[in-house]
Amino acid sequence: MTVLQKKTESPVAHLTAEDIENLGRELDAIRAEVIADRGERDAAYIRRVIDVQRKLELGSRAVLLVSLFPPAWIAGTIGLSIAKILDNMEIGHNIMHGQWDWMRDPKIHSTTWEWDNVSPAAQWKHSHNELHHTYTNVVGKDNDLGYGIMRVDEDQRWHPFYLGQPVWNFINACFFEYGIAAYDLELGKNLRKSRRSRPEFKARYKQVLGKIRNQVTKDYVVHPLLSGPSFASTMSANFTANIVRNLWTHSVIMCGHFPNGVETFERRSIEGETRGEWYLRQMLGSANISGSKAMHLMTGNLSFQIEHHLYPDLPSNRYAEIAPRIQEIFERYGLTYTQGPLPKQVASAWAKIVRLSFPNGFFDQVAGAGAPVVAPVVSLVRRTADRAEPARPAA
Amino acid sequence: MTTTYPSPRRAATLRARAVRFAEMATTPLLPADYLDLVAPLRSGAPLRGRIEEVVAETADAATIVIRPGADWAGHVPGQYVRIGVDVDGVRQWRAYSLTHGPRADGRISVTVKAVPDGKVSNHLVHRARPGTLVHLEQAAGDFVLPTEGGKFLFVTAGSGVTPVIGMLRNLFPVADSGAVRLARSEPYDIVVVHVAPSEPHSIFLANLRQLDGAGLIRLVARYDDQHGVLDVEDLADLVPDLSERTTFACGPAGLLDALQQHHDGRGLPLLTEQFRLTTLVTGEGGTVTFTAADTVVEASGDTPLLTAGEEAGVLMPSGCRMGICFGCVVPLREGTVRDLRSGDITTAVEGDGVNIQTCINAAAGDCRIDL
Ligand SMILES: Cc1cc2nc3c(=O)[nH]c(=O)nc-3n(C[C@H](O)[C@H](O)[C@H](O)COP(=O)(O)OP(=O)(O)OC[C@H]3O[C@@H](n4cnc5c(N)ncnc54)[C@H](O)[C@@H]3O)c2cc1C
Ligand code: FES
Repeated sequence: MTVLQKKTESPVAHLTAEDIENLGRELDAIRAEVIADRGERDAAYIRRVIDVQRKLELGSRAVLLVSLFPPAWIAGTIGLSIAKILDNMEIGHNIMHGQWDWMRDPKIHSTTWEWDNVSPAAQWKHSHNELHHTYTNVVGKDNDLGYGIMRVDEDQRWHPFYLGQPVWNFINACFFEYGIAAYDLELGKNLRKSRRSRPEFKARYKQVLGKIRNQVTKDYVVHPLLSGPSFASTMSANFTANIVRNLWTHSVIMCGHFPNGVETFERRSIEGETRGEWYLRQMLGSANISGSKAMHLMTGNLSFQIEHHLYPDLPSNRYAEIAPRIQEIFERYGLTYTQGPLPKQVASAWAKIVRLSFPNGFFDQVAGAGAPVVAPVVSLVRRTADRAEPARPAA
Repeated sequence: MTTTYPSPRRAATLRARAVRFAEMATTPLLPADYLDLVAPLRSGAPLRGRIEEVVAETADAATIVIRPGADWAGHVPGQYVRIGVDVDGVRQWRAYSLTHGPRADGRISVTVKAVPDGKVSNHLVHRARPGTLVHLEQAAGDFVLPTEGGKFLFVTAGSGVTPVIGMLRNLFPVADSGAVRLARSEPYDIVVVHVAPSEPHSIFLANLRQLDGAGLIRLVARYDDQHGVLDVEDLADLVPDLSERTTFACGPAGLLDALQQHHDGRGLPLLTEQFRLTTLVTGEGGTVTFTAADTVVEASGDTPLLTAGEEAGVLMPSGCRMGICFGCVVPLREGTVRDLRSGDITTAVEGDGVNIQTCINAAAGDCRIDL
């Protein structure tokens, strides 16, 4: 992938400025329609998800009180993993986007919500809502592109450090919530001596430590203690649930912007961007995951990443409903609606991370030189990348 | 033999520790978030209630009977309760007068008249179902009778009869044998002048007539279609001993303003209650920034800031929504607002924090509010 502005064959070359503004108007109209129709059904939906999540969490934790008994460990861990995923994805992520603020329920509101994740809601909202959603896929502006530790675009300069990025990425996946917290704190930048002692950073750092302490106490002290003889097994169950949640959320999020077919943009290209152009960038910079209703729920409907990026603050249950109309708009404007099943998208994202850990063109060179050892790896990486070509929407 | 009880101090510490431990087990949620799933009306929970009955009064009015949460502190007849109802998924708060005295069954009730295009009133009258959870605040309001009795005139118009019915039902409970006079209601001498567009539209007319028939009050019913619109100058004829009475009036602004003038001119005591804000002065609006919520809205010059903020999804504190309770006060950091009742302008310059009521002020230019 190369920033769109440098591509020889731009996927938007066929669109005139007027087309783009019309596109913007069409998308605005869909938005207005959903907002006008938002109501009781949507409110009932989010309340039900919250209700189910709380009961599932309570039930799983209750079962884990006797986690010494292996079936209880298994059932409790599965239940708790699902509960944590629902908390982070369909509930936390979406509420903090303000998707449910219109209900004016102070208990389900972006300004009051806190989630079961070590990144404090306020910090996450800043880095995610304000930075990532505003600068989606703009190289050098959107830190979600590689979280500042990885090279995920040909246009990011290569450095030997990136050789290890498949490993960094795997570690980040396992401890993703800590990765997010560090990233929301902009640790890389803020750990420099000159910035470390700023009171503003210190305050935020303290908040993160507070959340870590609370989560660790809950999962690794309080609930194990309550389990009495099952102390150690409950601790391991909770640890497993946290890891499962981390791996899952990391995979879903990688699928949103890393797979093949997703475009990136130059810093300068967003100066003076119009509404239509903003929409266009969101359309090209995101990829969907296809799958069942349950899968969509578990991804927090981020499987409709394109719809989510067009309308970050519309209720998540509406994305599936508007998706066919958005696809139709993509088709009519000759754009590619990137989507694929989860395993394929995850493989595509990983292939990219492996490929870009080397300098640009490295694989072509070694393949050309016929190096016997690396050749199989090269072809594997290539094949996965090819297979993950964007899916055209069914006509 | 001696028995040891934990001292109250120790019991309190133990309790605090138990709560702290429960919080450690549920963080980032609170134990209350889980308790709400099963016991929303328990003591200690935010005040809520459950609708138990919806009784039609007229074609467009209904009485809603609510079982309040355990922490309901009771009320004095004539007071109102604020109810938060989800209409089309959106939490809306409105004030309704309690239409009874304290009841043996602990329930409370309000009587709502559906107003044209009214969001909450139509929902409550036509769509509310028993079993629905609503949100409540403790009763409030000064529209109450003195406890020592006296001579009173109630002037009620339309649904303005509701707080008065609350007081009358409390003084004269209706038993199976008919309305009864209790010893505590002996010192009250009451005349009711009730105004309505027409007879069939009168809520609680039957109750008023029953009390009148039993000689407990004197009722003067006036229907616009039969008697013409009430002229306050005629009051002295309708109620000959008007000058001996304290007047309680509840109805539309026009009637209340006329009464105020009439009574002020004669030096007569008057207490009024109004159900809605009357907008008199409007002007240009502006861009309103709610700083904490990070929300910016274009507000017109005739929309209260409260409504403008709510429509943008900001969690606005509110109360009566008509300028009497000060439940909606927030600091205006910068900008200009206009009082919709008087046209008075309030201005804050950068760094100020002028407290304003959002329910009766509209933007009069760009402003910034700390919310
Ligand atoms: C202290 C107090 C006590 C009250 N007690 C009662 C009561 O016992 N019973 C009762 O039915 N109402 C009572 N009200 C009025 C009630 O709070 C609501 O204002 C009313 O039900 C209309 O709300 P809505 O959501 O239906 O209308 P909204 O959707 O808020 O307004 C819709 C339209 O109706 C107009 N409107 C608003 N209020 C009224 C009104 N009262 N009459 C005519 N038009 C109106 C508005 O200007 C608007 O054009 C009381 C109000 C206060 C402040
Ligand atoms: S809400 Fe009561 S004064 Fe504004």
